[in-house]
Amino acid sequence: MLKIEGLHTYYGYIHALKGIDIEVGNGEIVSLIGSNGAGKTTTLGSIAGLVPSSQGRITFEGKDITNVPPHKLVQMGISLSPEGREVFPALTVEENLRLGAYTKKDKDRTDASFERVYDLFPRLKERVAQLAGTLSGGEQQMLAIGRALMCEPKLLLLDEPSLGLAPTLVAQIFALIEDINRQGTTILLIEQNANMALSVASRAYVLETGSIAMSGPAKELAVDPRVKEAYLGAH
Amino acid sequence: MVVFIQQFINGLAIGMAYSLIAVGFSLVFGILRLVNFAHGAVYAFGAQFALVIFVGMQISIALAILLAMVAAGLLGVIIDKTALEPLRKKKSMPIANLITTIGISHILVNLMTIYFGSQTRGFPALFSFGMIEVAGVRVDSNQLMLCLVALILMGVLTIVVQKSKIGLAIRATEQNTKAASLMGINVNFVISFVFFLAGASAAIAGGLIASHYRIVFPAMGFDAGLKAFSAAVLGGIGSLPGSIIGGLIVGVSESMAANFLGSAYRDSVAFVILILVLIIRPTGLFGKKAIMKV
Ligand SMILES: Nc1ncnc2c1ncn2[C@@H]1O[C@H](COP(=O)(O)OP(=O)(O)OP(=O)(O)O)[C@@H](O)[C@H]1O
Ligand SMILES: [Mg+2]
Repeated sequence: MLKIEGLHTYYGYIHALKGIDIEVGNGEIVSLIGSNGAGKTTTLGSIAGLVPSSQGRITFEGKDITNVPPHKLVQMGISLSPEGREVFPALTVEENLRLGAYTKKDKDRTDASFERVYDLFPRLKERVAQLAGTLSGGEQQMLAIGRALMCEPKLLLLDEPSLGLAPTLVAQIFALIEDINRQGTTILLIEQNANMALSVASRAYVLETGSIAMSGPAKELAVDPRVKEAYLGAH
Repeated sequence: MVVFIQQFINGLAIGMAYSLIAVGFSLVFGILRLVNFAHGAVYAFGAQFALVIFVGMQISIALAILLAMVAAGLLGVIIDKTALEPLRKKKSMPIANLITTIGISHILVNLMTIYFGSQTRGFPALFSFGMIEVAGVRVDSNQLMLCLVALILMGVLTIVVQKSKIGLAIRATEQNTKAASLMGINVNFVISFVFFLAGASAAIAGGLIASHYRIVFPAMGFDAGLKAFSAAVLGGIGSLPGSIIGGLIVGVSESMAANFLGSAYRDSVAFVILILVLIIRPTGLFGKKAIMKV
């Protein structure tokens, strides 16, 4: 479904991605793990059209989407829930979600998306009229994920959905990610919490300072001594 | 007392027109955090364009002003596309954008001088069904309609921004451009739309003010632009109700000052008030606490 080949990305003279290759198949959950500053957010930013790539190719369903602007990618079915949530603080929960469905013309489909998101996150339904900026951190995270689902994406990009959440909520969010995937959405997931990330994913990539250091089935990576040592807090 | 009320009403009428210019400063500032100093020139263009096609095409002045609205709206879009968008793409410093708008303002005034002539020209009255007189206070038909048209337009603008889909996109883009683009919003289109709204409302203001004073000239946008800008800041830049209140305060204060202090004070009183308000309330009367720009 998604294929990244030899992707290079620069911020000025900082070489953030040094020729990475990633593939995500239809219906999969793929995790991207790596330490701080490895280039995970940059990878998702490059896919979503936020960060210009200087070399290499990104294809989605066979179409070249390298450096296509973000709003066109949403129409094609790629949706990003960004690092740090980035909800619209002075808009209500409902308005935030409505914006998620901005590209949809069909009112019935939009209503169905609202239903689905409120089913997944009943907490949001109780707070439709509340300003997003006044939600708790966890609620904002739910809103960010819900908002990214409103356009019924084929591919959902999640950048650290569990960041700053209490352990019980982290488990909840991961359960939801699996639910969303079962409902037919392909997911590319970034996580600091490598344990969780590897437990829900079918395959995973390990990013180290801008290059893919390892990749393979998530189950195998989870028991790999190098991964254990670096990312799983080996004992 | 009659004089006071009379001046108050005169001030309100002209103040409503200032509000219409102020709202353009406010809208563009909201979305780009940029004071568009070319806005006054767009206002002047609107008024003069209306006059030129009124004379040239032999149409009614009301229709001429409507066409001028579209033309000035497009002029706003062209300014953004040719000069400001390239700067944004290069992520240039805010000061560069600001200087650019000042430069554009002068270029436009020069072009208007070349094509429309530098002289002050007469402008027809938009409405003339006499005047209303109550207890010695007179309101002429132009003033009345000026208030009415401006109020209706402000109402329409408020509905567009608060209730429509594109309005929601405008508010989202104001708060977080990057997140807005991730929603599928074409941010550059939203910015163009805002420039169009700003230009169109400036042209209406231009037509209304020109038919009030019955004159137009290329540099008419400098003073009006500065006053409208101070009205926007006074009311709280980025806030629509703020623009209305700010415009009215500027209009009334200048009308009062001209009458009670002498016409030499007319143009400075608004700024004295502006400075006082900003000392007491730095965000303006209706200003929000600095919106977080992520
Ligand atoms: N806008 C930017 N300008 C300059 N350098 C940047 C920018 N964004 C990221 N970088 C640099 O690029 C590298 C990769 O950053 P990135 O945000 O992709 O890391 P990450 O893997 O998501 O890290 P984290 O786990 O901390 O979120 C880092 O060295 C970072 O400092
Ligand atoms: Mg990151």
